Amino acid sequence: MFDELLLTVLLTSIPLILAATGELVVERSGVLNLGVEGMMLMGAVAAFGAASLSGSPYIGIISGGMAGMFVAAIFALFVLGLATNQVATGLALTIFGTGLSGLIGAPLVGQAIEGLPALHLPILSGLPIIGAFFQLDILAYGAIVIVGLTSVFLMRSRAGLVLRSVGINHDSAHALGYNVLRVRLYAILFGGFMAGLAGAYLPLVLTPHWAEGMTAGRGWIALALVVFASWQPWRVTIGAVLFGGVTIMQLAGQAKGWPIPAQFLSMLPYLATIIVLVTIASRGHIALGAPAHLGKSFFITR
Amino acid sequence: MKKMLTALGALLTTAVMSISAAQADKLKVGFVYLTNPGDHGWTYAHEVGRQQLRDHFGDKVETTYVENVPEGPDAARVIRELVAQGNKVIFTTSFGYMEPTLKVAKEYPDVMFDHITGYKRAPNMATGNIRFYEGRYVQGVVAGLTTKSNTIGYLAAFPIPEVIQGINAFARGLRSVNKDASIKVVWVNSWYDPVKEADAAKVLIAEGADVLAQHTDSPAMLQTAEKAGVKGFGQSSDMHKFAPKAQLFSSVNNWGPYYIEQVQKVIDGTWSTGDGPDHWAGNTWKGIGDNYLVLTEFKNMPAGVAVKAEAARSGIASGSLNIFEGPMRDNKGNMVLEAGKVLDDGGLWGMNYYVEGVEGNIPN
Repeated sequence: MFDELLLTVLLTSIPLILAATGELVVERSGVLNLGVEGMMLMGAVAAFGAASLSGSPYIGIISGGMAGMFVAAIFALFVLGLATNQVATGLALTIFGTGLSGLIGAPLVGQAIEGLPALHLPILSGLPIIGAFFQLDILAYGAIVIVGLTSVFLMRSRAGLVLRSVGINHDSAHALGYNVLRVRLYAILFGGFMAGLAGAYLPLVLTPHWAEGMTAGRGWIALALVVFASWQPWRVTIGAVLFGGVTIMQLAGQAKGWPIPAQFLSMLPYLATIIVLVTIASRGHIALGAPAHLGKSFFITR
Repeated sequence: MKKMLTALGALLTTAVMSISAAQADKLKVGFVYLTNPGDHGWTYAHEVGRQQLRDHFGDKVETTYVENVPEGPDAARVIRELVAQGNKVIFTTSFGYMEPTLKVAKEYPDVMFDHITGYKRAPNMATGNIRFYEGRYVQGVVAGLTTKSNTIGYLAAFPIPEVIQGINAFARGLRSVNKDASIKVVWVNSWYDPVKEADAAKVLIAEGADVLAQHTDSPAMLQTAEKAGVKGFGQSSDMHKFAPKAQLFSSVNNWGPYYIEQVQKVIDGTWSTGDGPDHWAGNTWKGIGDNYLVLTEFKNMPAGVAVKAEAARSGIASGSLNIFEGPMRDNKGNMVLEAGKVLDDGGLWGMNYYVEGVEGNIPN
């Protein structure tokens, strides 16, 4: 009973973890990509289409990631190549992704596929309560590994340091001889790939069908989670599971007949975000953690 | 560059899709859709109705639709645009279009407006609705005879009268065959959020529900039921493809007959807003008996259950079975309808209580 709910919480958190981790890397490099929702939808439609045509959900995973990366490349072309406003371009990317995925997906409506199977790890999956952590699918295990690697890369490696310094001050990074645009391009492509995987998780695992706009705002939640996590990789994961947990808790609370209004529980994750922000901000000397050059276009001046 | 982007954005957001080739002396009929036909639910059912209308009249009518129209003031702009394109009959297919439709109807007295599921009318604005709750009674009968845990899970979108009616009709059907079974309702606060619908279904299954019903639009709940090996009912359109083993049956909204009837009246010059009683239900409110609501084949259940389901269906169709006939108690035990009395349409729209068989309270 409890482990069933825990498993549901974990599964519903996976797309948020994937998309938010990708966006975190993008924002750490100083680029704000508001197109997560659009990239997720492109990932979802590509994953479903490929899985449906090939009969293999594994090909679906790759296609989803690639589709997300492809849309991100368009975004990169505009914000890096043409130095357009990142907020406007990101919003346009969401609208573009929503529309294009609907167009591509029109013939896929009404089809159903075999989703990714759950891989029960021997012995571990039989453990009480925490057994739920070992009844996931390959993409979910992969997500946890990627988050770990991303954290190590970003906080412990030299390349990660370069990426962060580009986000903090692109002029200094440029003066030191780093190729700002190339670093940002890689970050954007990585973010797109992750958002694509996040989108792919919906039709491959959670609801094995394609429907227009099926992400229903999860891309925006992923964006909020990055702020909630104050740009720290592991906090993104905690935030995503917390968010998933509260979502499931308010559904379970209704089914169990708890005398708490569902609206109150739905409000909790947002309340938590505000509390975290206020707490961090009130400490004063510790900065919020936002990269100083987040959202600023880079021009090579000399 | 920025200008170009803005223009591109504006172009995309409008997302207007029109199927039309301007030709004179055809009756032009416009439709306003809430989402897109790809939802495989509510709007899909309207799109099927539009196609039936087009096929029925052939060259005599020309149909246009606009999809993804948000409810609210923006809808008025879209409706006016349809008027400007020369449409003489305009169907607005969601509750939230009521005020915008009314507003535009007053501006153009020579255009006929038909609003779906609302209650406000004007001399040139009619309303049409389907007695969706009738199908839910039959679902309740099937659920009561199918469940082993005596726990039914029910996914609901928003606590509005139409949804409450559905829950209560389901409970009446359920309790007519199984006094021990009861319904657990989970509100997902959305008509359409596949992931959340799937999550709610998983939670209900974890709580012991072995039959699931939904008043939300995506097939996600049925897919979850299929995977977990429990049963469920489809919504708005046939969803057996998504859950070949789990779908017991689906109540299909059949708008075609209504659209054809209304347009025929316009062609004959007999269209009017009707003389039905002036309440929420509007002036055309028909159900199973008039083929406005169609139940798909009863599947994945023993033959005996299907026979009882068919008996309930035909009883409702012929009018011999009254879903809300006294004695009827609410779920707190208070008598809400004395023996021998039948709830009228006004009473149906005024339901602010759960009947016996539903757990919990209606959220405020």
